[in-house]
This record gives sequence, C-alpha cells and structure tokens, in this order.
Amino acid sequence: MKDALGSVQSALVLGGTSDIALAIVRRLVDDRCARVVLAGRDPGGLEKAAAGLSREGVEVATTPFDADDAEHHAAQIAAIFAEHGDLDLVLLAFGVLGTQDGFDADPASASRVVHTNLGGAVSASLAVAQQFRRQGHGTLVVLSSVAAERARKSNYVYGATKAGLDAFAQGLGDALAPLGIDVMVVRPGFVHTRMTEGMDAQPFATTPDAVADAVVRGLRRGATTVWAPGILRWVFAVMRHLPRPVWRIVSAR
Amino acid sequence: MASTSADRRPDYPVERLTGWGNTAPTTARVVHAHSPTEIAAGVAAPSDRGAVARGLGRCYGDAAQNAGGVVVDTTGAGEFSLDPATGVVTASAGASIDELLRGLVPWGFFVPVTPGTRYVTVGGAIASDIHGKNHHKAGSWCDHVLSFRLALPDGSIRSVTPESDPALFWATAGGMGLTGAVIDATFRCPTIGSSRLVVDTDRSDDLDGVLALMTEGDDAYDYSVAWIDMMATGRHLGRSVLQRGWFAAPDDLPVGDRANPFAYRADVLVSAPALVPSGVLNPLTIRLIDEVWYRKAPKVRRGEIQTIPQFFHPLDMIGTWNNGYGPRGFLQWQCALPLDAVDELRRIVELLSTSRTTSFVNVLKRFGPGNPGPLSFPMEGWTLSVDVAVGNPDVARLLDEVDDLVLAVGGRLYLAKDSRMKGSMLRAMYPKLDEWRAVKASVDPDNRLCSDLGRRLGLC
Ligand SMILES: Cc1cc2nc3c(=O)[nH]c(=O)nc-3n(C[C@H](O)[C@H](O)[C@H](O)COP(=O)(O)OP(=O)(O)OC[C@H]3O[C@@H](n4cnc5c(N)ncnc54)[C@H](O)[C@@H]3O)c2cc1C
Ligand SMILES: NC(=O)c1ccc[n+]([C@@H]2O[C@H](COP(=O)([O-])OP(=O)(O)OC[C@H]3O[C@@H](n4cnc5c(N)ncnc54)[C@H](OP(=O)(O)O)[C@@H]3O)[C@@H](O)[C@H]2O)c1
Repeated sequence: MKDALGSVQSALVLGGTSDIALAIVRRLVDDRCARVVLAGRDPGGLEKAAAGLSREGVEVATTPFDADDAEHHAAQIAAIFAEHGDLDLVLLAFGVLGTQDGFDADPASASRVVHTNLGGAVSASLAVAQQFRRQGHGTLVVLSSVAAERARKSNYVYGATKAGLDAFAQGLGDALAPLGIDVMVVRPGFVHTRMTEGMDAQPFATTPDAVADAVVRGLRRGATTVWAPGILRWVFAVMRHLPRPVWRIVSAR
Repeated sequence: MASTSADRRPDYPVERLTGWGNTAPTTARVVHAHSPTEIAAGVAAPSDRGAVARGLGRCYGDAAQNAGGVVVDTTGAGEFSLDPATGVVTASAGASIDELLRGLVPWGFFVPVTPGTRYVTVGGAIASDIHGKNHHKAGSWCDHVLSFRLALPDGSIRSVTPESDPALFWATAGGMGLTGAVIDATFRCPTIGSSRLVVDTDRSDDLDGVLALMTEGDDAYDYSVAWIDMMATGRHLGRSVLQRGWFAAPDDLPVGDRANPFAYRADVLVSAPALVPSGVLNPLTIRLIDEVWYRKAPKVRRGEIQTIPQFFHPLDMIGTWNNGYGPRGFLQWQCALPLDAVDELRRIVELLSTSRTTSFVNVLKRFGPGNPGPLSFPMEGWTLSVDVAVGNPDVARLLDEVDDLVLAVGGRLYLAKDSRMKGSMLRAMYPKLDEWRAVKASVDPDNRLCSDLGRRLGLC
C-alpha cells in the first residue's frame, strides 16, 4: 500500500529499461518498495536492469510488454496485476524520440512514433486505470516532457506526442481523483540518458537521478505535476507566451 | 472488462475513504449497517478483497479502509442500554462515546476510558484498545469489557468473554478489526460524583520538569495528561502544561450547580468546514497558538472546576479541525517508551521539535502496565503523540529516524495513529505478534478480514 507520506511498497514500470525510470525505482526500493515488476520489449535489457535493482528484501520480476501492441494491453496488464498482486505505483516510461530528419524522409515512421508515445501510452494507462479501480487505489506516474508545453521545430512530432499524452494524463488524473487514484505528470527537460546520447545538451540539462529526486519529492507532496528541474516550470511559464516569431528563434538552439 | 464476481455482488456504493489525517485515500464498497445483524451480513458479503469494520473514522491513518473491498460502516447501529444498579452497559458497535456520555452522565456514570475525542465508537474503542488520561489508574478500554459478540467472514457470530475465549478476546483488543467485526459489547462503567472535574494545573519549563511532576504526583490523580509544546527548543525543549484531576463531588461544585450535579452539555462550536479554513494550521499560526496557549496557562493552579468537554474533549469544540492542515492532510505519530528511556524520549522530542514540522496537538502521558492483548498498544512507561503536517519531503526520513530510536529501547508505535511505519518493525515492537497471527488464522483462515493498514503492515 501507499502510505501517508507517498511511499509505496510495489511498483510496475512500463518501459522497464528506461534510464529515468530505473533511477526512480532505485529511490523507491531504497525506501519501502519491496516488489518491482519491469515490463518491456528487450528481455536482455530487462534482466540487466533487474540485476541492478536487486537487494536484500526486494523482489524484482520482469515481463514482456510492447507499447505498440495496444490490442493486448488490457489483458496483459490485468495478468501482471493478477500474478503480482497489488501494484501501488505504475511508472509509464516508454517513449521514443526519433529525429525530425528521419520523420521527414519516412512519414510513416512518424506515425509509428505517435502510435508508441501516444496511442500505446493511452491504452496502457487506461488498462492500468482499470486495475487501479479494481484494487481501489494506485498512483500512475507518466513521463511527459517539457516538449509537451510548446512544440519546437527541431522535434515537433515528438513534442506533439508528448502534448497529447500530457493532456490525456491530466484528464485521466481529474477523472480518477475522486477514487483516491493519483496521476502524476512529470515534465523533464533535457535528461542525459540513452535517449539523448550524442545530442547537444539543452539549457537546464539534468540527470536521471535528479529527475528521480523530483519525482520522489512530488510523491511525498502528493503533487500532480512535477517539473525537472523545477525551474523549468517558471521558464516555460514565460516560453509558453512568447510570440511565435520570438519562440522560433529561442527554440532553434 | 466485465467481472463475473462483480455481477453477483450486492450493489454497495463505492466511496472514497481516509482516516482523520486525510491522507492516502482509497475506495471501497461501503455497507451502511443499521443493526448488529447488518454488520454481520456486511462482513460476510461477497468480496474479492475482504472486509473490515469502520466506526467514526477517527483513527488517523488507514486502519478503517479496505481498498477495493468491503468496508462495513457501523455508525448506523448505535443503541445501548445501561443497568443503573451495576453500571453495566451493553451497546451496539456503532454507539459513540458522545452518545454514551449523553445517556450515562445524567445517571451518574462515566465511560471507563475516553480518548481525546468523544467521536469514537465502541467497536473502534475495542479494535484500538483505546487509552485515556486514566491509563495509569484504570488501564485501557478492553480491561473494562465483560463480553462482545464478534461477526466472522463465514457468517458466524461468536460471543467472546475473557474467560470463554481469552485468546480471541485479547487478539481482538487492539486487533484493528482484523479478527472480526464487533457487533455489540458489554462493559462496566464507573460512577461519578458529578459531571464536573477538580483540576490542578502545573506548568513546566522543560521536559525533565514535567516528567518529574508526573513520576511523583500522578498516583494522587485519577486523570493526568501533559500538553507539550513541540515548537519550543533549546532551554525550553519539552515545556509542558500538565493537567490532572478527578471527578468532583457535589459539594465541590459552586453552590448554584449543586442542585443539578450531573448536568451535561457537549456542544460543537464550529463544525462547518468553511469555518475552518483549509491550511489555517501552518507553522506560523501554530507557533503562535502554542505560545499563547503556554503563556496563558498558570504556573500552578489548584482546584479549578472544569466540565467534561473542557477537560477531556477540548478539540471537539472545533468539529473539523483536521481540515485545518489543508488538502494534503497530516498524520499523528505516537510512541510508547519504557519508563527508563528518558534520554531517548528527550532525543525524540528534540528531533521532532527542531525539525520545525508543524505540530498542533501534542500529548505526553505516563502509562500504567499494559494488558495481555498482543497488539494492545499501552505498555508501562511514557507515551508521546505529536501531529505532523504532510508535505515536507524530509518528514519521511525524520520519522524513520525516530522510529529507530523507539525500536532500539523496546518501545512501540500505536497502530490506531500509524499511517507510515515500516511493517518489518512490527514484530520487534509487538513481541506477541505471532500469537496474534495464530488467532487470526484460526478465525479467518482465508484471510478475508483485511484493511489498508493490514496490507501495508503485512497483517492480512
Ligand atoms: C482528536 C483525536 C484524539 C484521540 N485521542 C486518543 C486517545 O487519547 N487515546 C486513544 O487511544 N486514541 C485516541 N484517538 C484515536 C481513536 O480513539 C481511535 O483511532 C479509535 O479506534 C477511533 O474509533 P472510531 O470509531 O473512529 O474507529 P475507526 O477509526 O473507524 O476505526 C478504527 C479501527 O477500529 C476498527 N473497528 C471499528 N469498528 C469496529 C468494529 N465494530 N469491530 C471491529 N473493528 C472495528 C477499524 O477496522 C479500525 O481498524 C484519538 C483520535 C482523534 C481524532
Ligand atoms: N531523456 C530526456 O531528455 C527526456 C526528456 C523528457 C522526457 N523523457 C521521457 O522519459 C521517458 C523515459 O526516457 P529515458 O530518457 O529514460 O530514455 P530511455 O532510457 O531510452 O527509455 C525509453 C524506454 O522506452 C522503451 N520503449 C520504447 N519503445 C517501446 C515499445 N514499443 N514498447 C516498450 N517499450 C518501449 C525503451 O525500451 P527498449 O529498451 O526496448 O528500447 C526504453 O525502456 C520517455 O517517455 C521519454 O520520452 C525523456
């Protein structure tokens, strides 16, 4: 069960090899989390991630999960809950970045990214919501992005997926709040992970550990929105309202 | 996804529930029972995630919640009867101390034990084996219980007395509803000389002072409790106002009151939520309240006459003061420590008060010996309870640190207040836990009696 201070005893990660997710789960198992299920499409990567989390008194399991396979999300996620019992927290972490050049050359690939980041996230979240309703509690943490706040010309397909996901997650959170189910939307800025390897860092670039600290603080406060780093909240409060021509220049770097 | 078992279920409303601290809400199907029979039916209702009874929800944490399962609200079952010749009361589980007092006091009887609020039920009093200001003299609630009837998930009802089935009786005392639902209970109530108390007040500038006063003087009083200022630090660490008293004889009352010595009124001055602004209890206002309240208390006062609500239930005058902590809520942390653990007690007070966590209601008391209940909280020694606002991210670590201090000296935490302790500490704090588990397994082999607290601490 979750406790009064936002500690959880069990967690499921969808996208179980994500660097950010694993940093968050490390914090959770250092606290009261004793059961972790890592779900993803790369069995070798999941095993490695599980090994990295293992410590005394903590059970880590892995299970196959493909974000693109929306048809099976409800059944698959029901099966995970049935096998592992109550899951206090679900971390929706999968996502792909892609490159705008790639999307320009192969428009269908852009549609696949939309399908993963948005379509898959929506069906997986709703499947999790079914289980949370059944167990009468739960916290869903959704990794959105500052890219959801305003699309930039360098990766607006990704930005559009995150904007859709972010809006969806807010609505879901409002719908579930009366049931004691929490949805936390996390908006990291540029994070040094596998996803951004080799890219030039953006201003306010941060690390998975710093994002994890922000998420844990958010859980303690019962926050519905978490920015990482926190200053981005204020930066984007301004950015959001910049006139388009100015934004075009600012967002180009 | 249609669930077949859901289709067979009676249509109980799904409700969001929390304890008094307003933290960790979960939803359950709530059976609103209006009689002992309906309580029993609720406990045996079909449910994939078990059932637990709920009284007035005054436990601070998640003990009276059962996420995804059934919660049996007993508050509709509130009848009771008094035998004026013996002071023996038989009450439905949902009868509250508030209702009992309105019925008993005019007849010259009081409840054997009252907590700091009169809005608790008889069922809740048994399940938490509650203690009051008279613990050093009278023990806890279940020490006064002659018998109760317990509804079990298989639909059966057992009559339990300390003689007929001591194991089940004591496992239920403090058993947090996990050994069955009490449907009614019979207990002995003491007589009183009037509805007023004679109260002595002593103000102490520091912790050692108040501990010494209690050690030397408590035996002379029926009731004793100290309000401790958790915002004071340094030289004034642990400064307290100690209030002790006994029920007045009619002759102790002012002449005008002697004609009607058992007059009893218990009003709620403020109850509309709007009158207690959300978040009004913040570090600043609480420092102020504590300061004013400490200064207001006399250094020494003897023989003041107080009413029952003034002396026992001052907080009940503000019906919804818990909302003052704002939407994130708050928690209460209560420990019991052996008498000789004074250094650890001081260290705990120091850690909590220097942390600047918000803390409104803080109480220090000296317990007498405990009873045989494996999960009954009171043990001979000191008990400290403090409010802690939720929201400050450092609170979790701070409380884990003070838990470790409690554990290290053989102390324990009160489950009725708990909302965040580590389940792994339970066995060390309650050495007879395995005995309790054996009794639970014998009456509830399928583990159908379950609550959020039970899940969190591994009790179900
Ligand atoms: C302001 C305040 C002051 C307090 N002061 C004190 C104090 O001085 N001393 C003290 O000991 N406690 C104190 N408490 C705690 C309170 O006395 C206990 O939590 C008590 O159990 C609450 O009773 P309730 O009817 O509200 O039960 P709930 O909070 O609804 O339930 C508490 C527990 O009792 C179980 N339960 C309820 N009814 C039944 C039943 N019929 N059969 C079986 N189990 C049942 C529930 O499952 C749950 O585990 C205080 C609480 C508040 C809010
Ligand atoms: N890094 C940043 O700068 C940044 C900023 C803001 C938001 N985010 C978001 O944070 C989340 C985590 O990203 P990260 O930085 O930790 O990157 P990461 O390490 O690359 O994690 C991305 C995860 O998504 C998984 N995934 C991708 N497609 C999948 C599919 N079809 N099915 C199942 N899993 C799939 C990957 O699994 P595989 O191992 O199988 O590839 C990987 O576990 C993402 O949603 C990302 O958009 C990242």
